[in-house]
Amino acid sequence: MYFESIARIVAERTGCDVAEVKPESKFSELGIDSLDTVELLMSLEDEIGIEIELDQKVETIDDLDKFIQSKQEQAS
Amino acid sequence: MLKGKVAIVTGGSRGIGEAIAYELASKGADIAVIYSGNVSAAEQVCRKCQEVYGVKAQAYLCNVADFEIVKQTVAQIKADFGTVHILVNNAGITRDGLVARMKEADFDAVLDTNLKGAFHMIRHCTGLFLRNREGCIINISSVSGLIGNAGQCNYAASKAGLIGLTKSVARELAPKGIRCNAIAPGFIATDMTQDQSDNPLLAQVPLGRMGTPREVAEAVAFLASADYITGEVLRVDGGIAM
Ligand SMILES: NC(=O)c1ccc[n+]([C@@H]2O[C@H](COP(=O)([O-])OP(=O)(O)OC[C@H]3O[C@@H](n4cnc5c(N)ncnc54)[C@H](OP(=O)(O)O)[C@@H]3O)[C@@H](O)[C@H]2O)c1
Repeated sequence: MYFESIARIVAERTGCDVAEVKPESKFSELGIDSLDTVELLMSLEDEIGIEIELDQKVETIDDLDKFIQSKQEQAS
Repeated sequence: MLKGKVAIVTGGSRGIGEAIAYELASKGADIAVIYSGNVSAAEQVCRKCQEVYGVKAQAYLCNVADFEIVKQTVAQIKADFGTVHILVNNAGITRDGLVARMKEADFDAVLDTNLKGAFHMIRHCTGLFLRNREGCIINISSVSGLIGNAGQCNYAASKAGLIGLTKSVARELAPKGIRCNAIAPGFIATDMTQDQSDNPLLAQVPLGRMGTPREVAEAVAFLASADYITGEVLRVDGGIAM
């Protein structure tokens, strides 16, 4: 659900083509470390206007997407 | 030198924290003062930062020992100042007593404020530092944390803990351009220490006198712009713990 936003921010950050970012892409493969994902989430918070705390490890783009969705469901 | 930077000083209403607020303000940093009860003192410090140094300054009532309150306070500081570049964890308390008689509540209160307080602040500011790709954390430890002090097992444990926290955070965040250092003051004349003139330890200070809050504050300002220093514990103690 948030895949496009995540992919765009990842592409901006790493300078790669947005088409290269797939749901199954691992952050580590994209050159994004675990601290970067904390920061990524902050950019997403601004973009989607929600507040989320990344309190677990996420490996792939899809993990993060699902994580945000689950937090959204909890909140509503 | 620190123009355009935003600094949080916890316990900035009195003593060493007050001096730190002025020193950073004199270098051009905007100042967010965190205090725990003494509102008139905190507002006085902010007024002086504004009037004497011409920077933005605001006071925030916040118990650093409370994880959630710290979270809300950092969010409020972000809303008011835009971001944070420098965090000085200076808030601290003592509840001295012999280990054989120490109440659990006194041990906990000191650990909660001095050690967990610093963790809470770092925890909630790090997102901002990561985003800025820069950040500077300075934890005010103590020589008690380095060499121990009879009657201060709780305080010394909290201050030694701060050193482990400092070095771990320094290693963890260095790749992101975020530095973390500690200062270990010795005897500094403030409300916390009151009259120490008959303290036998004073005779052991090689430089032969107590330090001033300003002397600690100058070390903070130095570390705030020492770009190649991280994970360091800088003693400002007249030589007592060498
Ligand atoms: N003085 C020394 O000789 C000495 C030596 C080594 C290290 N240190 C360390 O230096 C730091 C400052 O010491 P100081 O002598 O300046 O102390 P101080 O004069 O007693 O001032 C303590 C400051 O901390 C604030 N504070 C206390 N508990 C707090 C809490 N839970 N949340 C937020 N703020 C809180 C106080 O706010 P309010 O004004 O609102 O009460 C005050 O601004 C401490 O960490 C201390 O351990 C001092």
